[in-house]
Amino acid sequence: MRALQFERNVPRFAAARVASVLAGSGKGVRVGPLELVEVDPLEIPGPGWVRVRPRLAGICGSDLATLDGRSSRYFEQIVSFPFIPGHEVVGDVEGGALDGRRAVIEPVLGCEARGIDPPCPGCAAGRKGSCERIAFGHLSPGLQTGYCRDTGGGWSTGFVAHQSQLHAVPDDFSDEAAVMVEPAACAVHAVCACKIAGGERVLVLGAGTIGLCVIAALRALCLPGVLVAVAKHPTQRRLARDLGADQVVRPGEHKRAARRLSGSLALESSDGGIERLTGGVDLVMDCVGSSDSLQQSFDVVRPGGRIVLVGMPGVVKADLAPLWQREIELRGAYAYGSEDRPEGPRSTFQLAFELVRGARLERLVSARYPLEHYEDAVAHAAAAGRRGAVKIVFDMRKRGSGLDASSTVRPRRPDSAGTTKEAK
Amino acid sequence: MSPRPGFVLEVDRSTPATLIWHGEGFRLERLPVGSRVVYGPEPLAPLANSDQAIRHALDNPLGDSKPLRALLYPGMRLTIAFDDISLPLPPMRPPDVRQRVIEAVLDLAADSGVDDVVLIAALALHRRMTDPELRHALGDRVFEAFAPHGLLLQHDAEDPQNLIHLGFTDHGEDVEINRRAAESDLLIYVNINLSAMDGGHKSVATGLASYRSLKHHHNVRSMMNSHSFMDMHHSELHSSNWRMGRLIAESGVKLFQIETTLNTDTFPEQLGFLQKREWEWSLRDRASFLATSSALERMPGELSRRIFHAVRAPHDLTSVQAGAVEAVHESTLANLYRQQLVEVSGQTDVLTMGLPYIGPYNVNSTMNPILVACLGLGYFFNLYRGKPLVREGGVVIISHPTPWEFNPVHHPSYIDFFEQVLAETTDMFEIEAKYEESYATDPWYVHLYRTSYAYHGVHPLYMWYWCAHALQHLGRVIVVGGDRAAVHRLGFSSASTFADALELAEDVVGRDPTITHLHVPSLLMADVT
Repeated sequence: MRALQFERNVPRFAAARVASVLAGSGKGVRVGPLELVEVDPLEIPGPGWVRVRPRLAGICGSDLATLDGRSSRYFEQIVSFPFIPGHEVVGDVEGGALDGRRAVIEPVLGCEARGIDPPCPGCAAGRKGSCERIAFGHLSPGLQTGYCRDTGGGWSTGFVAHQSQLHAVPDDFSDEAAVMVEPAACAVHAVCACKIAGGERVLVLGAGTIGLCVIAALRALCLPGVLVAVAKHPTQRRLARDLGADQVVRPGEHKRAARRLSGSLALESSDGGIERLTGGVDLVMDCVGSSDSLQQSFDVVRPGGRIVLVGMPGVVKADLAPLWQREIELRGAYAYGSEDRPEGPRSTFQLAFELVRGARLERLVSARYPLEHYEDAVAHAAAAGRRGAVKIVFDMRKRGSGLDASSTVRPRRPDSAGTTKEAK
Repeated sequence: MSPRPGFVLEVDRSTPATLIWHGEGFRLERLPVGSRVVYGPEPLAPLANSDQAIRHALDNPLGDSKPLRALLYPGMRLTIAFDDISLPLPPMRPPDVRQRVIEAVLDLAADSGVDDVVLIAALALHRRMTDPELRHALGDRVFEAFAPHGLLLQHDAEDPQNLIHLGFTDHGEDVEINRRAAESDLLIYVNINLSAMDGGHKSVATGLASYRSLKHHHNVRSMMNSHSFMDMHHSELHSSNWRMGRLIAESGVKLFQIETTLNTDTFPEQLGFLQKREWEWSLRDRASFLATSSALERMPGELSRRIFHAVRAPHDLTSVQAGAVEAVHESTLANLYRQQLVEVSGQTDVLTMGLPYIGPYNVNSTMNPILVACLGLGYFFNLYRGKPLVREGGVVIISHPTPWEFNPVHHPSYIDFFEQVLAETTDMFEIEAKYEESYATDPWYVHLYRTSYAYHGVHPLYMWYWCAHALQHLGRVIVVGGDRAAVHRLGFSSASTFADALELAEDVVGRDPTITHLHVPSLLMADVT
């Protein structure tokens, strides 16, 4: 089978980092450790596992961080190399209860998938994202499908999944809608985790895929008093508005927007501008995850307010004085599982299916690329906002193109793991 | 030789290019043959002896007022209010006419043994003046005599302790003004009547009022029903102020009104070409124009702004009248029209105008996009009596760089209004209903208005309302040479050149439109028949 494989290769990882710093996000892929390879089909890890043939697989911000060599070293021990990325996937199931059906994958590799019984407290409580055993059990370490060498990932023509990870896709769902379920689930979990009271003033920083999904989830699942989105690019601003933001401002305008919204006073900078607010919004959902976005969050959240990191942060530099002095809560929101809803516990993914359908999130899928054009795909994803796009996906639906060598495929060379790679 | 009256030039093949303001610069444009250019009258000769004329006006009041000296007595409370930084434009060479008038008033007060005197800058919702600005308006002697003792105040429309509600007009309008002014034994208001909008009952009813009072006439409906607000007899803005002014008088406030008019001698000699008719430019004028233009082109924007804002106009006094408000104002208008009125026959399809670097609300500051709109569509469009210069459904073409720039100290709420409100809607009624109250009562804006040098939070909305009549009347507004994003945010069209703008205009008014250019400087008022 054909796959984009990411190897542990420190020099190339470093080269990717340098390239991304010098030339911009997405540029690391040309020199980094990702390669299009032919590999043998993966072994079934154990009972309950099935094969999945991906149809569409998204490129997410965490993937880009990995390809650019920007991801945190924190992940080193909870991934296993070589891995095949791709955790936003819709594919055809081969075997098991869903044999022959389309499914999306809930990628966390928790206790059940790892054959661990009794499960850890997180998994037992339905909080798969809080699994304490992601480096244990009969699988190699890997927090999710797409980061574990034993499972493969969506950027391929085949991978394996535990049946507990699979969610059948309704027949009336397009593949594009289905591939949006996983990012929508992240947004659903983040919004549910915040326990937003009606009338709260919420500011969403960033309007990429996750930011837009968060806006849609906020509108669908709670009743924020006012919802302000900070979006950089025109398409993002239009979509943010369409998906339910009351107000959409550009980066740099967030302090003024939050001040107006909250009626706060402000401390002035030397040029008469706003240095920071004395009050602010009740909740900031940081869907960027950078030092700048964290600082911006501190700038606009009120004393006693909350900041939720939804976008995957790496190593960030932050002045935590306001966190201390203003008693701000800072928390993360990762993955999915089960959510406490007024009607009772609900599966995050089921809520996500509803969100995708209700908000028509399939419209966020902007471009599809075959695996062979992965460099273009990654470049597009890295510049998505600027290019008027949101979600870029790999498209494996033309079965012939991905499975066999064609005239566009370069000669292969064997490697020590028994796989064959395309020569660079 | 007496100054020549204003006139309307019809452009022919021999007409030289027309000078058009473009912010902190100019452009020379060859207008299409057949276009009209409206030139204001030449500057009137100043009064031979200004100080004597002022004293004469104080001693010989108009209307049913007694001479000022007869109104002054020992032990009385005297308050002298005066127009703020928004007048005149550009700021005039010292001595400022306010200084001349106030010195004369204070001499009389001193002669009469009046020792409880307070000066108040009538800011309405404008920004506070800095000490140098106050010193410039009042002169060193007055400033030093009052400011160090806390007797030089600036009206604070957000200070409930120093406001007094005098009642309601028969239209239900709140009348709330400065308490010190209202409770004085005599209030003297010193005006500089640069345009026909200024003065009359508007001086006190607006300049010393609170938001609660101002909102009754500074609103979309009033602006749409002011045709124009430069013509008090057809201006809802003025009707409301007149009702309030009469109520102020009925409630016992004794007012002695002083109004002054200036000639249109607006620029110093080195910029003299600006106020000459182009075909009369001397060799020196041409050289000055070329040197100035090329220097400005090479100069950083901030530097050219500083240079222009340092210009002091050689304005001089052409009349001064004092006494009862309405009689005084009638005389003022006659004198103002003598300087500014130009007869224009018939309307035009396309009205063009070049906007200068300065308007009433950006003295020593930045002309932000909202102020560009206000100056063009509020002030210049309304410089008419009778009918607008441009026909209904016509087009206004504005020349101005319209930078997306704001002064965060002077115009903090303007930034928010531009970024957050105009991004959503330019509809005035929607803005008024949805945003006005929150902008007017925002505690940060209130804080900055009271303690810093910021215009009131609601001011950008008012400046937007100022455009209401024009926007209701016009088919399109085109800005030549403006920042495209800023122009788009205002809801206007952008054009790179005048020729492009005229082509765009033809989409609205048809082929071969009639074109009229409002030639400013000098300041004029078109009497359109």
